[in-house]
Amino acid sequence: MSTRATHADREGPRRTDEGPRRTEDGPRRIDLDYAGSERLTMNMGPQHPSAHGVFRAILTLEGEQVVGVDAVIGYLHRCHEKLSETLTYAQYPSIASKTDYVAAMTSEFAYVRAAEQIGKIDVPKRAQYLRVITSELQRVASHLLWLGTWCLDLGGALGGGATIFLYCIRERELLLDLFESLVGARLLYGFYQVGGVRYDVPPGWVATCRETVDLIDARISEYEHMLEDNPFFMARVQGVGVVSRALAEDVGISGPLLRGSGVNHDLRRSDPYSSYDDFQFTVPVETAGDCFARYRVRMVEFRESLKIVRQALDGLPEGPISSRPGLKSVAQTRIPKGEAYVRVEGARGEVGCYLIADGSAKPYRMKWRGASFSNLAILPHIIPGHKVADVVAIMGSVDPVFGEVDR
Amino acid sequence: MTLDQARTLISQRFATAQVDAAVEGVPIVVTVSPDEWTTFAQFAKNDLQCRFFSFLTAVDWKEQGLEVVARLDNLDDRIGLMMKTKLGPGASECPSITPIFRGANWMEREAYDMFGIRFDGHPDLRRILLSDDWVGHPLLKSYAVDTPHPPYR
Amino acid sequence: MIASLPGWVVLLIAPVVVLHVVIGIVTYVTLLERKFAARMQSRIGPYRVGPHGLLQPIADAVKLMMKEDVVPTAADKPVYNLAPIVFLLPCMLIFATIPFAPGLGVADLNIGVLFFLAISSMEIVGLFMAGWGSNNKYALLSAMRAVNQAISYDLPFIFASLVPVLLAGSLRLGDIAAAQSGLWFVFYPVIGQLAFIAFIASTVAAENRAPFDILEAESELVAGFRVEYSGMKFALIQLGEYAHILGSSFLGALLFLGAWAGPGPEWLGPVWFLIKAMFVFLLVTWVRWSFVRIRVDQILALSWKALLPMTLILLLATAFVVVWRTNGGV
Repeated sequence: MSTRATHADREGPRRTDEGPRRTEDGPRRIDLDYAGSERLTMNMGPQHPSAHGVFRAILTLEGEQVVGVDAVIGYLHRCHEKLSETLTYAQYPSIASKTDYVAAMTSEFAYVRAAEQIGKIDVPKRAQYLRVITSELQRVASHLLWLGTWCLDLGGALGGGATIFLYCIRERELLLDLFESLVGARLLYGFYQVGGVRYDVPPGWVATCRETVDLIDARISEYEHMLEDNPFFMARVQGVGVVSRALAEDVGISGPLLRGSGVNHDLRRSDPYSSYDDFQFTVPVETAGDCFARYRVRMVEFRESLKIVRQALDGLPEGPISSRPGLKSVAQTRIPKGEAYVRVEGARGEVGCYLIADGSAKPYRMKWRGASFSNLAILPHIIPGHKVADVVAIMGSVDPVFGEVDR
Repeated sequence: MTLDQARTLISQRFATAQVDAAVEGVPIVVTVSPDEWTTFAQFAKNDLQCRFFSFLTAVDWKEQGLEVVARLDNLDDRIGLMMKTKLGPGASECPSITPIFRGANWMEREAYDMFGIRFDGHPDLRRILLSDDWVGHPLLKSYAVDTPHPPYR
Repeated sequence: MIASLPGWVVLLIAPVVVLHVVIGIVTYVTLLERKFAARMQSRIGPYRVGPHGLLQPIADAVKLMMKEDVVPTAADKPVYNLAPIVFLLPCMLIFATIPFAPGLGVADLNIGVLFFLAISSMEIVGLFMAGWGSNNKYALLSAMRAVNQAISYDLPFIFASLVPVLLAGSLRLGDIAAAQSGLWFVFYPVIGQLAFIAFIASTVAAENRAPFDILEAESELVAGFRVEYSGMKFALIQLGEYAHILGSSFLGALLFLGAWAGPGPEWLGPVWFLIKAMFVFLLVTWVRWSFVRIRVDQILALSWKALLPMTLILLLATAFVVVWRTNGGV
């Protein structure tokens, strides 16, 4: 049985349901055919309920077992790096959100810090604490979405997975309400600016934040019980997608993936920035390297992030929220000549911004080191040998966001 | 291993390399010639224990040519190392460090996609982010931002 | 009243009546499931179409009837078009042997249970036809998984259903129901409960409901064998699936929960039967919306290594108990 991609080679008049005809010098056509006596080439295409965005995996299957995977990315490529060369330092942070759109402030953080490092611009303490609070709340919101969509992948849109998905989304809505009252936007913000943050907390925000944090803390134990007491869930995720420590470091994965493989590396600890060393928190590390280890790391990170938020709210100092004056023109911020590579511990790992400034209001070159890009590169190394169902579980535990992969 | 020990080791082994701290946030920045690119990468992995591969990219310095930049980390001793190499005006070939660091695979494909740099020794050098029939390499300074392209098929 | 009509009239009218009633119940059972699932997920479910969403199934039916019937160009036309019908027929036929009250049924065959089990496994043919005829790798993969799963879980299903047969001493469904007028089989010490659990587990698997729904694993196979169907054909497949689930619920209620036995006058019997069937259905639904699905090799391992030996031993134990009782034991 063959499933041809087009019918362009058929004789006769073109039928209206055929689609555009491919020509000889047209785009490269991939024929999905039987490759060999028992191997099936199957496309887990860009439109797929569990592709986490737009991602194409061309799987070579022998029965139910995957023997090869070719990951095709780039469906969401907008060339942020070229775009940043045309936008000023004041304009770009809002656009930076669109790389990791699930935890949007992480990217803004990296970019803004890079500009501040080159320009030797100080950030007032209150702004640093606000940055920490929002970063950690973003981490919690991102992990909630991860948990919901991962269970959705494991359990199906019409099964038990959907139940956890809806619970997580309900919690995430509370956090998004907090962001809305702070910044004015729910998903993509323009909160950070070079020198500090743009908005101050409105009255009553701190109290609502504390209530929300307590509520989420209680509910996370519920989800843990619901999942870990369930033998089906444990059978699905234990021993699946094992990443060894050497492979992890070689490929350059970071974040919960790295910590799930036994490497104790958290940028908030090893390279503290923005007053992270004022706070007490532990960094979870698991050695098993499978999906369950990564899941445990993220579940502990939930609680640690909420702890940090509480400490930051308790110690929020008074003062200005930015060391630069309010924006009067978009070309106002000029960064002198220099280079910087700044990294931030995002929800998915090390988000880095390599910035080369040339003295004008726009950068000369900016490179995004996307956490998900490196994390996704691990897939061709660990998927072969697993079954089709595991592909979905592994992809979910890698937690890619394609804005970061493709930029 | 401390940062100073690392710097000494590098200067001893690579006399012609330029070691400084030109990039904010990176303690050691080493500029080598393209011939020593892979040897230095191997040295960094084995002798400096920099096994964590962070990223690899390129910069287009207009008349001065392209420059390839890679970032490695020694997670245990917290040494951050950035290696750079200038390819020279008009040149766009560079040896590949994919055999040494598997993470360089996709990064070098992206550098090829965006800058047109051909990496010798890369197992599968093809475009990664743009479609296979794209003409041109967008991040070069000679490529205008509003270059028209045909609609996707 | 029914017994006073001539036999051939009953044979003509009864199937029509039962079919219509079944289709009606099936349509509203989908609404019940959606409301139940919604409440589990802290939301309301269908609410707007009609008071409290009561007209939602009608709206769904009208929508599906008005949809365009898209047929893939390279699909195997006869197989593709016949598959929904071949799938639906067994699912409707299983209602033929179920007595809804003493004497109220289409045909109370004296091999009732056997007929039910044999016919309900025939829907696999329709399933595979759908998977093959769609000319789609996802559908084919799903159909292959379906055949695997059906073969593996039919055996425990049969053995678990045979325990009440042994306890009642007859394959006729009416006799089994009548034998429970004293004590429902599910309350039998140990044997009854274990058999009920095994029945529920194998019925969930045999109907491809979560957590055993790798067949249509939405996140991997995107609706599996029915991915290429739209409009009325899709409606037929959905109808067949829910009819099968409902039929198994009725069977479970009859075999284990005493069918029409319940307090009150005799005409309340079918109502009690319906309530018990809904209880079994909701049990299956509750399981569906709580668990993630397991992988296909784990499903097969569960069946062959755990469920099949257990039900076999259970059957033997039941046989011993029955023999012991009839020979003067307690």
